[in-house]
Amino acid sequence: MLRVESMDVYLSGSAILTGIDFELPKGEVAAILGPSGCGKSTLLRTIAGLVAPSSGDVLWDGGSVLDVPTHQRQFGLMFQGYALFPHMTVAENVGFGLKMGGHESIDAQVADALTSVGLSGFERRQIETLSGGERQRVALARTLAPRPRLVMLDEPLGALDRNLRAELLAETSRLLAGDQTTAIVVTHDRDEAVAMSDWLAVMRSGRIVQTGTVDEILEDPADNWVHDFIS
Amino acid sequence: MRKIRWGWVAVAAVPTVFIGYFFAYPVARILILGLSEIGEGFSGVEARLFRVGWFTLWQAALSTLLTIVVAAPMTWAVSTYEFKGRRLAMALVTVPFVLPTVVVGTAFLSLGVSESVAAILAAHVFFNVAVVVRTVSALWSRIDPSLQEAARVLGASEWRVFREVTFPLLRPAIAAASSIVFLFTFTSFGVVLILGGFRHATLEVEIYRQAVTLFDLPLAAALAVVQLLGVSVALWAYARYQERRSVTWTLDRATRQPLPAGRRRWVVAGVVTLTIGLLMVPLATLVTRTLSPDLYLRLLQTDPVVGSPAEAMRNSLLFAAVAMAIALVVGITAATVITSKRGRLSTWFDMVLMLPLGTSAVTVGFGFIVALDWPIDLRATLWLIPIAHALVAVPFVVRSTVPTLRAIPPELREAAATLGAKPSRVWRHIDLPIVSRAAGVGAGFAFVISLGEFGATSFIARPTTPTMPTMIFRFLARPGQTSFGMAMTMAVLLAAVTTLVVMWMDRAQAGDLGRF
Repeated sequence: MLRVESMDVYLSGSAILTGIDFELPKGEVAAILGPSGCGKSTLLRTIAGLVAPSSGDVLWDGGSVLDVPTHQRQFGLMFQGYALFPHMTVAENVGFGLKMGGHESIDAQVADALTSVGLSGFERRQIETLSGGERQRVALARTLAPRPRLVMLDEPLGALDRNLRAELLAETSRLLAGDQTTAIVVTHDRDEAVAMSDWLAVMRSGRIVQTGTVDEILEDPADNWVHDFIS
Repeated sequence: MRKIRWGWVAVAAVPTVFIGYFFAYPVARILILGLSEIGEGFSGVEARLFRVGWFTLWQAALSTLLTIVVAAPMTWAVSTYEFKGRRLAMALVTVPFVLPTVVVGTAFLSLGVSESVAAILAAHVFFNVAVVVRTVSALWSRIDPSLQEAARVLGASEWRVFREVTFPLLRPAIAAASSIVFLFTFTSFGVVLILGGFRHATLEVEIYRQAVTLFDLPLAAALAVVQLLGVSVALWAYARYQERRSVTWTLDRATRQPLPAGRRRWVVAGVVTLTIGLLMVPLATLVTRTLSPDLYLRLLQTDPVVGSPAEAMRNSLLFAAVAMAIALVVGITAATVITSKRGRLSTWFDMVLMLPLGTSAVTVGFGFIVALDWPIDLRATLWLIPIAHALVAVPFVVRSTVPTLRAIPPELREAAATLGAKPSRVWRHIDLPIVSRAAGVGAGFAFVISLGEFGATSFIARPTTPTMPTMIFRFLARPGQTSFGMAMTMAVLLAAVTTLVVMWMDRAQAGDLGRF
């Protein structure tokens, strides 16, 4: 279980996140919904250990992970721009986490991961030859392949065009739902959030203003802003 | 409390120890030795020293002025107009600049010139035209044409536009180019030694003469102090102009007009052909005078006095390979520190690592002799030669790798960390492979610099382990047509290898640019 406790993050003097506090049970998918610039990405980066919180705590199964460096947290993060390694092939990208974890039979696991995102046979392709949708799938496969304890997706469909989004939205939510994965999806798109999870946290200016299922929030929005943003 | 990352400390230690022991420490020893000699007052050689200092200064100033005058028409042509063969013309103009100084000296001797100031000045112009053409045209071709058009509409003639608009805008680039040319000619060694002998000695040549021929190390050190002072002033002037350089009125891309028909076309064609023709004369003469198979066959024989040219070639290639490896390791670790965003440490590293670039090669070689007897006497080892070469080459490796490292998106490193890579593995799997591609160009620079390095090598190379440049010099120093033929043939070979490597680098750079 992931628990974020009254967390504040200041970056170069200004408050980016204030009083963030929530729990995510194992096997659940949460969506963090908010307009761009509200601090969603920073929240994921802080949970991943790429940003240190100014106060508060991040706990996994009851123990603080603040002293655990990023590479030992086993929290996967799919970056907004995908951050695929340009000097490696598709297979090397997807297998990177497995290699770092000292896994055996990496090739077979890479092939499985690629099949699950519909890219079997793409192993030897160079990143620069991939289309936007293919890059998204490779990034997803790379994040999921080492089976992280927690999966975080930062605007997973943000950079894609409309048609592709619909297709990949279904696929991404299928992958997250299928494996009992504990996951956080960050998005500024209400439909995306609803499609991928049934529990939402609505963020605004560095604060979580409301949590709950879509229906709960729609029924009793915390304020007008939430109401307008959700509906 | 922050944990100390020992891997990072090790990375930072490599360039620190290398530059500290092989550069900063020898320079400090020279300063101590030289300043105490100056304190005691020169014993009866003031007149000669004053003459040498004055000659160094005025020949550098005059060389700079002549270079700008000779380069100006060509710079105008390649900056203003787009024409067929412009890129080739730029490449040809650059050829003399990449040639080793001994090759330039030999090429001028092959013209039949005798040791004279005129020969030195001509060789300096030959060598440095590329600096002015490239530096100034980089800015000139980016000047927003609407500025010049506005002046025309306001009633200025083409000449007035140049005087009132273009030239003032170009002044920072001209100043920068002048500082570089001044620096190069002020510290010129090989060319002056070959074309001027000891009669027309610059500070560099005089340091060499005092230290190697007359064994007066304190006096040589005193001269080196004067030399360092001159270099510092030139560098300071250069840095000042860099700071003031404003880019707000320039365009992102070069804009050149198509070449108009009529008289203008002939003027441009004439300027380009004449400039390139003049630059090619010494090289063409050198090559034509060696067009005989006998000369090349003789390279396989061992000269009883000077030694075996084949062995010198082997030494040079070996030293170049080792120097390249050292420069790569030091340069890449240094670039890692510079781009690590560790505030002051990074900035400080950036500055310190450029210092060997401004210091003359003779100072480097002389410093090795003066200082490297402590803590153990390294002066007899062969390693000193590739180390000296690497020292000169490190700034080039740093310069070619830092932009690539800076361009790596931070998300790549972060993604690797979230996938379980510890910092050292992030560096090994992300930074290193990406930077290795850019390092190819730096490695090429290091190789070429080492092959042609003469100033430092002349201090530390033993007669028993000659390099190509030192052997060419020894053939030149011996009278007789046979020796001169050997020198010319070796110079052609050296020039050929150098040009090939530079051509390869040019392509590698063009192909790799903007890939990431």
